[in-house]
Amino acid sequence: MEIKHGAMAGTLESSDIMVTVLPSSDGIQIDLTSSVEQYYGDSIRETITKTLEELGVSSARVEAVDHGALDCTIQARLTTAVRRAAKEEVAK
Amino acid sequence: MRRSMLFIPSNNPNMIVNGGVLGADSLIFDLEDAVSPDEKDAARDLLHNALKAVDFGKCEIIVRINGLDTPYWEEDLRSILPMKPDAIMPPKVSDAAYIQRLDAKLAELEREFSLKEGRTKIIALLETALGVENAYSIAAASPRMMALFLGAEDLTADLRCQRTKEGGEIQYARGRLVCGARAAGIEAYDTPFTDVQDLEGLAKDAAYAKSLGFTGKACISPAHVTTVNRVFSPTQADIDYAKDVFAAIAEAKRQGKGAISLRGKMIDAPIVQRARMVLEAASEIEGVDYLA
Amino acid sequence: MRKLCENLRTAMEKAGLQSGMTISFHHHLRNGDYVLNMVLEAAAEMGLRDLTVNASSVFDCHAPLVDHIKNGVVTGLEANYISAAVGKAISEGVLAKPVIFRSHGTRPSDIMTGRSHIDVAFVAAPTSDTMGNCSGKYGPSACGSLGYAFADAQCADKVVIVTDNLVDYPLTDASITENYVDFVVKVDAIGDPRGIVSGTTRMPKDPIALKIADYAAQAIDASGLLKEGFSFQTGAGGASLAVADYVKRIMLERKIQGSFALGGITGYMVDMLEAGCFKAIQDVQCFDLRAVQSIRENSKHMEITAAQYASPTAKSTAASNLDVVVLGATQIDTDFNVNVHTDSNGYIIGGSGGHTDVAEEAKLTVIVAPLSRARMSIVVDKVLTVSTLGKSVDLLVTQYGIAVNPGRPELAEALKAAHLPVKDIRDLRKMAVEINGPANPSIHLTDRVVGNVLGRNSQIQDVIYAVK
Repeated sequence: MEIKHGAMAGTLESSDIMVTVLPSSDGIQIDLTSSVEQYYGDSIRETITKTLEELGVSSARVEAVDHGALDCTIQARLTTAVRRAAKEEVAK
Repeated sequence: MRRSMLFIPSNNPNMIVNGGVLGADSLIFDLEDAVSPDEKDAARDLLHNALKAVDFGKCEIIVRINGLDTPYWEEDLRSILPMKPDAIMPPKVSDAAYIQRLDAKLAELEREFSLKEGRTKIIALLETALGVENAYSIAAASPRMMALFLGAEDLTADLRCQRTKEGGEIQYARGRLVCGARAAGIEAYDTPFTDVQDLEGLAKDAAYAKSLGFTGKACISPAHVTTVNRVFSPTQADIDYAKDVFAAIAEAKRQGKGAISLRGKMIDAPIVQRARMVLEAASEIEGVDYLA
Repeated sequence: MRKLCENLRTAMEKAGLQSGMTISFHHHLRNGDYVLNMVLEAAAEMGLRDLTVNASSVFDCHAPLVDHIKNGVVTGLEANYISAAVGKAISEGVLAKPVIFRSHGTRPSDIMTGRSHIDVAFVAAPTSDTMGNCSGKYGPSACGSLGYAFADAQCADKVVIVTDNLVDYPLTDASITENYVDFVVKVDAIGDPRGIVSGTTRMPKDPIALKIADYAAQAIDASGLLKEGFSFQTGAGGASLAVADYVKRIMLERKIQGSFALGGITGYMVDMLEAGCFKAIQDVQCFDLRAVQSIRENSKHMEITAAQYASPTAKSTAASNLDVVVLGATQIDTDFNVNVHTDSNGYIIGGSGGHTDVAEEAKLTVIVAPLSRARMSIVVDKVLTVSTLGKSVDLLVTQYGIAVNPGRPELAEALKAAHLPVKDIRDLRKMAVEINGPANPSIHLTDRVVGNVLGRNSQIQDVIYAVK
């Protein structure tokens, strides 16, 4: 999928992650802030990378603010953000 | 076991993940009223991924989709069906045609996703005057029909009456819904009790629903699950009586008697049937086998 | 004799405060306290250095303390609880000497046995007369009980009462009395009422907290202790408070009248007293306005001192008469040791308070905690800090089931008989890992000790290391 414009998904609540996906011309960049960085930081970045791959996204800038989301939540929020960002019309 | 059905908002990760431990027999993941229109996609994606990853134990999985009059319901089904929910709950069901339309879509998607055709059941939410009036035809509209479920909040708005704790205004709807469901051989679920703090009121309301023939009751708060489970579980007296029924049958058999009586009353087929259901339920709740 | 001083600095000078001394504070004004900051500011102006602060607790409002540590005014800190703002600085090594952590019971014990000496005690008093008869029940900064301040007042070399509500002599309903007091100072305000007590302590709505509370109440019931004469303590945190609600329902339904409720007191315990669930409240600290009003007006709601609450060297205490206590945990390990001092990254975020004391004394100690909070497992293999020893903990109640300390097999049987979901604590640990995914911790603790956690025997029970 192609990232056509910036889009967000998720919340700042506990156990959730807020993901912003932005267009990029330079592959994948991930900017993660996580309350569990010291325990799951690498694992979260890996999940994000793998999910983008599965969604067929080759260039994107991902900004994620995590408050302890489980993998399934990270995958879901990223998927929503990417789908929103790939839509023609700019999301409301 | 179907006593309590607990609503879980589908866009709340913490609630979804913990859904399986809240004590409910069934979970209703809500994509409808609990999710605002601009978050429908996010809720769908979250529920899809959570159903794939999270272990909900013995809980039956039900998904309340958006109404067939909205632009969301087909996408809801497309996203959720591959995760094999036990049942789909359509809201505001008004007639048999509504169920047949959903049934056809489910069949189509089951084929598309290589699922066993007919595996996805339907619990119809009746919350309009027309839906209640059509209870039996809705209940009998498809072999997928598993239960009717009464939604009293929307119903009372449609009836233009006040919703009260005592529930006199939904007396007729409750009776008609149970009758329609039972006539079609399916289950009946009662409307949730909406005062979260009032556990005594809840117990009374649930006991009344049970006395009318309801199978169980929906809960909007996890705090209600324990009470609803307790009310809809067989009582010790029920269990003792059921055991006596089977003991009397065994004794009659041993003596070669045809007619069996217990406590001065003839044991007939419905009594045996009821006793069997009581012991099945008690066995499941207590983790023992009373029928062995 | 004239005790009234013009200002705080005069009182400090008259009290003979010098560099290198130990000064003490109580924490009844909680996160609204002005007095600790005022005293340190005056001390800095006086050019004093090398002071040791012995405060029953340190809150975020005391963040200026960090600057006084940096500039050498304060070089020692002793407390039963240090919240995150100051805790972070301590964890990052701002203080050369390790902090001494005690419990609410051990602090007065050490003070009264002379193990811990106080040169000058500063007692914030919401109301005082000119001779230092003072009370927490009255005045614009009312906080209710003054329980934690008694040992300081009784044992410090000099005692300074700091009040913003000076009344005529004699104050008839005084807690700390003039015979202990050297000086009295009137200031504009001793605290911000918004930080002192919360308006109302609300029942949590979080369904997981309610589920845990439901299990906990059923477990307490199954233990057989919930009968006539029952005594009970519960924290003001979400799940703990909800346990009180479920216990109350059981008590009212079965018309059980308990003996007393203990501890930090919320309006919720007051409701239970007024509903007839208990004959008395023993109150070492009030958490909300309703508790303050009750201790002022209801003779069955009594103020107790911290020593009377839980001192390990007292002849008897309210804690030693306690049936059941419900407590929280930041972490609990598979040996039931509880950490309430540090977070998962090793930063100081709290302390024992009364946790360690009542856990050891109560007949049944129930820890209520979710299996994990925002992906951090609460049930761990080893706690980062041992605040409360596993041997004093009987039950861990999570939303996924109840673990019973293997030292209490009869309790496990009772719970199973009541159809409660009894689980091995190691299985709960496994479950947490399964749900959250395996963690790859990269927390960086140094080998430098920044905190010594004393046990109830006043010996070092565990140490806290600097972060990074």
